[in-house]
Amino acid sequence: MTAPLGKDLLGLAPLSAEQIRLILDTAEPFKEISERQIKKVPTLRGMTVVNLFFEPSTRTRISFEFAEKRLSADTVNVATSGSSVVKGETLVDTARNLEAMRIDMVVMRHPSSGAAQFLAERIESNVINAGDGMHEHPTQGLLDLLTLRDRLGDLTGKRVCLVGDVLHSRVARSNIAGLLKLGAEVAVCGPRSLLPNAVDALGVSVFERIEDAIEWADALNVLRLQFERMTAGYIPSQREYNRVFGVSRARLDRAPRDLLILHPGPMNRGVEIDSDVADGPHSVILHQVTNGVAVRMAVLYLLAGGRPDLADAAKGGEARA
Amino acid sequence: MPGSSSVLLDARAVERTLKRVADEIVELNEGTDGLVLVGIQRRGVQLADRLAALIQAREGATIPRGSLDITLYRDDLQTVGPRPVVGKTELPWTLDGRRVVIVDDVLHTGRTIRAALDELTDFGRPSRIALAVLIDRGGRELPIHADIVGKKVDVPAPGRVDVFVRELDGKDEVVVQTPEPHA
Repeated sequence: MTAPLGKDLLGLAPLSAEQIRLILDTAEPFKEISERQIKKVPTLRGMTVVNLFFEPSTRTRISFEFAEKRLSADTVNVATSGSSVVKGETLVDTARNLEAMRIDMVVMRHPSSGAAQFLAERIESNVINAGDGMHEHPTQGLLDLLTLRDRLGDLTGKRVCLVGDVLHSRVARSNIAGLLKLGAEVAVCGPRSLLPNAVDALGVSVFERIEDAIEWADALNVLRLQFERMTAGYIPSQREYNRVFGVSRARLDRAPRDLLILHPGPMNRGVEIDSDVADGPHSVILHQVTNGVAVRMAVLYLLAGGRPDLADAAKGGEARA
Repeated sequence: MPGSSSVLLDARAVERTLKRVADEIVELNEGTDGLVLVGIQRRGVQLADRLAALIQAREGATIPRGSLDITLYRDDLQTVGPRPVVGKTELPWTLDGRRVVIVDDVLHTGRTIRAALDELTDFGRPSRIALAVLIDRGGRELPIHADIVGKKVDVPAPGRVDVFVRELDGKDEVVVQTPEPHA
């Protein structure tokens, strides 16, 4: 059998619904491994994974590192501040040098959209996109899907609204692609200045008022306002944003049904989400973090195996035992 | 597969064999104290359940059961690729100081059992681990043997031994598939 996802995981848009379901189903047994006393299986023993982060990250990098270590891979973390990147080395040169040291996989976060694909086309190692600019963040999309599926069951016909800074959000793009493929209804809600120009081409509904979104949805995925990517003038002020679009207890209390509240983190408490919502009974934010490790283990596992050259050599050995 | 297939054990023979295996487990263990049966996914789990029920009926003691999915402990991920579905490992009991009997349907190369031993030792330190299988078809690639064997039969590769259990397959049966000699 060949690798069921291909060589790389660059985004959810290129995957089929079956491939997405395969990843989510594979993540299920991996949840249990993190509950064991010895949180480790030998599956990826001998493989070397490089976590190459050109942008700051706590949650995603640590989550990937846990996933790699719990599968017994050897991991190396490269953060750009301490690497030759500050000396002007190009992305491809950095990666080729790493490959010359015989690595098997690269997990990369990069500020430029398309960087993961650029790299994947130029090196032999598997590439996992851990967020590229404003393009995609597939493992975040997958862990959101897994969390929604845990709570809502089959996602066909379920209504999920992405709230806030959709424009700058790779999380939003991965979520929209994944949710639509699994048959969910998707909407976005936020100030016009923070929605993409071509929002109508995304295949989602648009709510101008957060109250309408709350009335419609089964789940809200509240996005982080990405101040570091906002050059100027996207919103009048944080307080004004909170007053008009903030997800507050008072607004949720008027909802016709209980909503699930997701947030990819890190949160701007009191801006896009109020603390009593983030810590409240509808929040599944920490559940998302737990699922992140399981989903990343599943992706590593599915990308790691099935090299056709070795499969031929070992044909005789594959015995039902 | 072209070739011949013959029934090695029918439903009644499976039942008789399991009864004997259950007795031998109790005998080997000198009773039911500290006994834990661990079935290997998939059909080993159903066989472990049946054996536990048989021992319970005869000895009146409740036998703890667990299941083991050894997919993540296999040594062939790089060569044959990921299994499409990884099953669950459930070992809700502490294994420290227990007498564990691994239950599987067919013993062949021994690689599954090697993986199962690795996985079990990650869960604790049993005082003893034994192996009970319904069919030993020969063809070992590792120094592993079964303590209790339901039926021994020599089926070299590429022949196959298919075990059917009523919980999953609607019938109890063991079938041996042999390819044409000149195929």
